Amino acid sequence: MTRIAVDPITRIEGHLRIEAEVEGGSVTDAWSSSTMWRGIETILKGRDPRDAWYFAQRICGVCTTVHALASVRAVENALGIVPPLNAQLVRNLISLSQFVQDHVVHFYHLHALDWVDVVSALDADPAATADLAASISDYPISGEGHFAAVKERLANFVAGGRLGPFAQGYWGHPAYQLPPEANLMAVSHYLDALDFQREYIKIHAILGGKNPHLQTYLVGGMAVPIDPKSQNAINAGTLGQLRAILETGLRFVSQAYIPDVLAVAPFYTDWAAVGGGLGNYMSFGDFPSEGQNPSVDPDALYLPRGLIFGKDLGTVVPLDPSKITEYVAHSWYSYEAGDDAGLAPFDGETSPNYTGPEPPYDFLDTDSKYSWLKAPRYDDTPVEVGPLARMLVAYGSGHERVVELVNSVLTTLGVGPEALFSTLGRTAARAIESQVLAEHSLEVLDQLAANIAGGDIQTHNGKMWDPSTWPPSAEGFGMHEAPRGSLSHWVTIADGSIDHYQIVVPSTWNAGPRDAGGQRGAYESALLGTPMANPDQPLEILRTVHSFDPCMACAAHILDKDGNEIVEVAVQ
Amino acid sequence: MPAATIARETLGEKLGARGITRRTFLAFSAGLTATLALPSIFSERIARALEASDKPTLIWLEFQDCAGNTESFLRAHDPGVAEIVLDLLSVDYHETIMAAAGHQAEAAKEAAIEGGGHIVVVEGSVPTADGGVYCTIAGKTALQHLEEAAAGAAAIINTGTCSSFGGIPAASPNPTGARGVPDVVSGVPIVNLPGCPMNVDNLLAVVVHYLTFGALPPTDGQGRPLFAYGQRIHDNCERRAHFDAGQFALEWGDEGHRKGWCLYKLGCKGPSTFHNCPSIRWNDGTSWPIGAGHGCVGCSEADFWDTMSPFYERLPKPPGFGVTTNADQIGLAIVGATAVGFGAHGVAKVIQHKNRPSDEAPEADMEHSEGGDER
Repeated sequence: MTRIAVDPITRIEGHLRIEAEVEGGSVTDAWSSSTMWRGIETILKGRDPRDAWYFAQRICGVCTTVHALASVRAVENALGIVPPLNAQLVRNLISLSQFVQDHVVHFYHLHALDWVDVVSALDADPAATADLAASISDYPISGEGHFAAVKERLANFVAGGRLGPFAQGYWGHPAYQLPPEANLMAVSHYLDALDFQREYIKIHAILGGKNPHLQTYLVGGMAVPIDPKSQNAINAGTLGQLRAILETGLRFVSQAYIPDVLAVAPFYTDWAAVGGGLGNYMSFGDFPSEGQNPSVDPDALYLPRGLIFGKDLGTVVPLDPSKITEYVAHSWYSYEAGDDAGLAPFDGETSPNYTGPEPPYDFLDTDSKYSWLKAPRYDDTPVEVGPLARMLVAYGSGHERVVELVNSVLTTLGVGPEALFSTLGRTAARAIESQVLAEHSLEVLDQLAANIAGGDIQTHNGKMWDPSTWPPSAEGFGMHEAPRGSLSHWVTIADGSIDHYQIVVPSTWNAGPRDAGGQRGAYESALLGTPMANPDQPLEILRTVHSFDPCMACAAHILDKDGNEIVEVAVQ
Repeated sequence: MPAATIARETLGEKLGARGITRRTFLAFSAGLTATLALPSIFSERIARALEASDKPTLIWLEFQDCAGNTESFLRAHDPGVAEIVLDLLSVDYHETIMAAAGHQAEAAKEAAIEGGGHIVVVEGSVPTADGGVYCTIAGKTALQHLEEAAAGAAAIINTGTCSSFGGIPAASPNPTGARGVPDVVSGVPIVNLPGCPMNVDNLLAVVVHYLTFGALPPTDGQGRPLFAYGQRIHDNCERRAHFDAGQFALEWGDEGHRKGWCLYKLGCKGPSTFHNCPSIRWNDGTSWPIGAGHGCVGCSEADFWDTMSPFYERLPKPPGFGVTTNADQIGLAIVGATAVGFGAHGVAKVIQHKNRPSDEAPEADMEHSEGGDER
């Protein structure tokens, strides 16, 4: 048996460490550890609740927007504010474009190098590469001359001897299976996607002033005004600009992302039987078509809410937020009632208790506490969240477009639904979701345009903007399906200030450690059985961990330095 | 061609080999010259320096961060991030984009540091409480990594407010003892590019300045380059005329808000904030926060999380201080820069109003006659 530590896990957001035992060429046990913590919940205490979104947004700059949205929904829920329809639709547009952006960047820049051998691309025949590309898609940046130029650029770069971010990569590793032509095509699309993401995300600059960390959310609505008669507001010209950019997103996903996944997957079908993990999936659902707060009104959401247990796609279980608890038995925190307790967010305590080795260290004591993440559980059961969970819940709920696309991908690859519960399934689900949501973004834009055409230009509900109109105390929660999964913010307001703030984050659900009962988290469970050709080169571990798209700055559960904080948030 | 020869191939040759014309390249140099606020005569010199450069080594360290500055880096345009990473610099360590993980990643960093003369970019604050356990990478603390990378470095560029000044982790009550890089490292030239996040145009301009002139650009007292932080947002704001005319948005979505009037009364901190957002804007010049209807929150100022909040009020109310004391004890220091623009009378009047038991109506705080700029 060999014990290994992979730290840092790169090509993710934030600081993640995986320790694993490897025996007989595969992973026999794994531990997931978050190694960074800031304290933003503590910092939020005592602040103006209308500022909370701006602070919370800084939890993550990759999934920028997601914490801002969950935060304003939480405060609106607490104060009983319903934002105008225009604001809801603008929020949907920002969020939907964030999904497309995030998923494209994940696939091409964070995940692709797990499957694509950049050095092998140097052996590709540009003409054959052009044939391959033409056989899978009508994506326009193609042709023999184009691929020859990409190859030459790559050859010059490699010959220069300074490989920069590609140095020390696992090039030539036996787990790389793609032919040189597929590798060259992927390198070309890697570069194209760098250009794409820069242009596409201008949607956020138009609607929110800048990206990352756009600056437009308000408790009660959005700060970007709408007025067809003004050049300083969303007008017909702006809507046209947005449509053009959203269409580039749909084109890139349907012409490059989806065909690339379908072209690469057949070389890695063994990964449809690896990395399945828990088999339990949760989605909060999102994208309201009306002005309602989706946290408390899950009807009329474009993506549905629910859970699936034991891979049973035939049964989608309704979600009950009161069944969410968090454990700290293996987290660097302590509970007053003892560290084996599981506490619901509204009864939660946060008291840091670092018991790990003094840095510098080689290995963590994984029998004891080993992560800055808590271990969230639903009904005492670990669940996976993210694109695969959302697509499975939508599939099980009979979401027409999702069913159609999932079946189409399965048919194309010649595999059954069981292939979805895997590392490859997670990666395919993210691509399918990108297509579904890129399409939906244009529907939302149509709805916004129609609403404006009908004379509605309201973007903010200001009735309770002034804190003097607030009750002495209030509490509420905000739910959002972020690109990486189910996110919830919980706020208590007292005398106009934040009294308590709690965040339960997608990557905490997925990357969290064992609970008091020893149940593994989603990463830990998915890594069991992962093949490893060479324990010194953790390429296969990266594949499965990256299939979740980790976001550790988000996940690090943020706690009260003084401890003993009793959270009192009621689910309304 | 032998590798050693190609390794010395310059950027100019590389771009030429890729069919980028000298004309395009000069246009790029001219753009950078403008960002750097240099006279256009420098454009040719910048172009020459870039053409002769041999990919300086860059190490990008992430500590208590959100990767927002990395994301901003990915939004680079003219040149794009692909040109920067493949042609302009040798980015030997950057956790978010690099292929290698674990000890292979650390080996790449050690190799890059070994030669010395590298540029270190830092994103995120450095936790100093409790032995640094609040941020470890490969089993070592952020501070240990920073000290190793700083040894022999040519310069440190802090991207964002966190690495520059401590940022949000250092906001009250600073649970992890988070500090900015300048507080914990010395002996290396340091430049701060605060902002939440930093604007990639400014990062690129600093790198180009370094390549062209062999030194970091001149800075203000907070280590911020004067080309990017030398002027107040308020003084370059496209809505300034509305301020001078007394035209203010008073409620979100009201007529003034929709018409693009001044956001001062909705909490805009532009009058207290030094940054070049109004001129270079964001995302390839697409827009910027005030342009999209939300006030500035002062994100390029040290401790803005405490001193500029609440963001929707016109004077700061940091946690730990009462409303009535903050204007006297903190407000003057915060609006000190503002005072230059508004005149002592205006500031005194604002503070006076804030000290009253019941706050005055918004109109009383800042009459437009006070908006004169040292007239």
